[in-house]
Amino acid sequence: MPRSELVRRENRAGWFFVLPWVAGFLIFTAGPMIASLVLSFTDYQMIRSPRPVGFDNYRALFDDPRVLKSLSNTFVYAAMFVPLGTVAALGLALMLQRVGRASGFFRTAFYLPEMTPAVAAGAMFLLLLNGQQGLVNKVLGWFGINGPNWTTDPNWLKPSLAIVSLWTLGGTVVIYLAALNGVPRQLYEAAELDGAGPVTRLFRITVPMISGALFFTVITNTIAAMQMFDQAYTMFYGPQQKAAASEESLVYMVYLFQNAFQFFKMGFASAMAWLLFVIILGITFVQVRIGNRYVYYHGER
Amino acid sequence: MKNSGWALAGIAAGALVITSCAGVGGKDDTGGKAGSAGSTPTGTLNVMGFSGEDEVAQSRIAAFKAAYPSVTVKNNKGDFDAQQFLTAVSSGNAPDVVYMARNLVGTYAAKGAILPLDDCIKNNDIDTGQYREAALNEVKLKDKTYGIPEFYTVTVNLINSTALASAGVQTADIQTTDWGKLEQTAKKLYKAKNGRPARIGYDPRMPDFFPLWALNNGAELIKPGGEPNLNDPKAVEALTYAIKLVNDQGGWSNFKTFRDTFDIFGEKNQFTQDQLGVMPIENWYLNVLLDSRRNGLKLQSTMFTDRQGKPISTLGGSAWVVPKGAKNQDAACKWAKTLTAVDTWQKAAEARMQTVAKDKTFFTGLFTGNKVADEQIKAKYLKPTGDPGFDQAINNYYASLDVAKPLNPSAAGAEIEAAWKSAVGKALGGTATPQAALDQAQTEAKAAFDKASQG
Repeated sequence: MPRSELVRRENRAGWFFVLPWVAGFLIFTAGPMIASLVLSFTDYQMIRSPRPVGFDNYRALFDDPRVLKSLSNTFVYAAMFVPLGTVAALGLALMLQRVGRASGFFRTAFYLPEMTPAVAAGAMFLLLLNGQQGLVNKVLGWFGINGPNWTTDPNWLKPSLAIVSLWTLGGTVVIYLAALNGVPRQLYEAAELDGAGPVTRLFRITVPMISGALFFTVITNTIAAMQMFDQAYTMFYGPQQKAAASEESLVYMVYLFQNAFQFFKMGFASAMAWLLFVIILGITFVQVRIGNRYVYYHGER
Repeated sequence: MKNSGWALAGIAAGALVITSCAGVGGKDDTGGKAGSAGSTPTGTLNVMGFSGEDEVAQSRIAAFKAAYPSVTVKNNKGDFDAQQFLTAVSSGNAPDVVYMARNLVGTYAAKGAILPLDDCIKNNDIDTGQYREAALNEVKLKDKTYGIPEFYTVTVNLINSTALASAGVQTADIQTTDWGKLEQTAKKLYKAKNGRPARIGYDPRMPDFFPLWALNNGAELIKPGGEPNLNDPKAVEALTYAIKLVNDQGGWSNFKTFRDTFDIFGEKNQFTQDQLGVMPIENWYLNVLLDSRRNGLKLQSTMFTDRQGKPISTLGGSAWVVPKGAKNQDAACKWAKTLTAVDTWQKAAEARMQTVAKDKTFFTGLFTGNKVADEQIKAKYLKPTGDPGFDQAINNYYASLDVAKPLNPSAAGAEIEAAWKSAVGKALGGTATPQAALDQAQTEAKAAFDKASQG
């Protein structure tokens, strides 16, 4: 068989196998994205047909103080969660790497919370983080620390959301663990011979060698943080929490949800979604530009 | 953290746009398919928002099934969910009848999500005079009736006698007429331990009960035409006072943190654990408290009054509505009629009495929103309970029925509610003064109202 025919057949087979994904992407992701872009230029109250309004929804974004407030809340939350999550996940992965045979068990244990419904996790953390009777403050009390009112003090609402989000770090831990296992042992042996201590080895070998994984997770966790919805909604805005304690917990996606499904402003909500998309695109672009200077990729010369 | 992301809105919006092509636009949405009193509905009746678990609900469902055996009732159990409802209606898969809080009806009616029921009422000879007027007014917008009301929640003060005795406070001191005196009473009842609340003296139930405190001071948060009135000076004054009550008892953060530890529905609740002296609360809570007597609950009650001493209450409850695009409107209408009829409520009361006998408790009243049913049930089943505190509370709730006022319906009801709740949250948290917070809320709510009024 001529080589060109083989390539064509392989291409056809390849497309055949990825077709379900491509179809799913077009129907469930690309289609709705285009639809939401169109809707963002309309006044669409969901029941009646959309009415074109030009850029009104985008102009209204800047007139609505809650858009800015929810956006700034989300930035602050992301600025807390991403570094905290990265350090915590790396710490757990480093510990897991050392437990040897039992790592399979712990890997599963750390990943299991990812399976927990966000509603259940939110309800559980409302109990754990209660300032008066919650376990978190009880534990802090053993060390003489008078813990804050995590879920009611406006100053502590965003830190508490960041802590709750740590619950689902399992995926990041697994990625770090795989990256750590890929670091050549001889580098550590050579460093030890040269007298490098654990901290030096961590920052001079481990971190640079897994910088690709770190870079990837920082980007994906930033994107996820900007899209934070489940925990904030469950803890402060869901049916069980009829009254939000404070606007300090109003993250962007919750306000977007309110506009879409409580205030019937689907066009405005779509404009909010596209604003967030552009912001995330900008942040990711900056992260990539900066990250590429420091990331080490295996196989690169 | 899940990647629900911006795609949440995009997917929802996109799906809605795509599916709306097959949606409700072409359907008859005049409510003209309401049938007549003598018609016999058939087919399937899809019900949404009705949990329907207890004996009161079950007996009423059974009454409908007995009256209309040709109808297959499919009850999608669970409380009303705005997202689920709007998605269903927009996609052309509307349920036939929906159970929602009456304060939502104005918003959904203004947006065209639910149908006027005037034909349904007329064709099926539904006697609207049997319903309490205030409940019926809640489901009206621009002279059209959009819901059949049921249940009637009113508020009185429930009191933990043990707390009163330990603080040397008299029952007569539990009143909302004299604010200064109430503040002193709350302080007397309040207990702290290590700088944190150990017993709240008087819980004003903020932020949810802000409309009640505004009413206490003579302000309605929504004007009769549906326009927001959030920064009425009397409303600002009421909020300022309620916050002072909270600040006297540990400050909002400590106060709410402590309140969040209450096991409200358990036998070891805030009253039996002496964590709370007094709170205004709705009538349904008496039933919850029945089992607490074995844990030493000694209950008392006083009326919630305005500053002139006149009993007042805000009003809550539910309504049956028919969404745009409902396919079996005849059955939906008969469902709403049957479930709120006097005969049906009597069956529900009988079922409740059987439960009461089985549990060896007593009847605390059934507040149906149907005045005729309420009176008949009260006359037939309400007896002295043997617990003077409960008797007092039951009597107070019945006495509140005729004075209760709802928030006026508004085309922007959902946005107005979101605005005042946010404002009260900010003021309680100390991030804005009551005046500034309510001014901003009024601006936002007024803009939403103006837009909604333009259609």
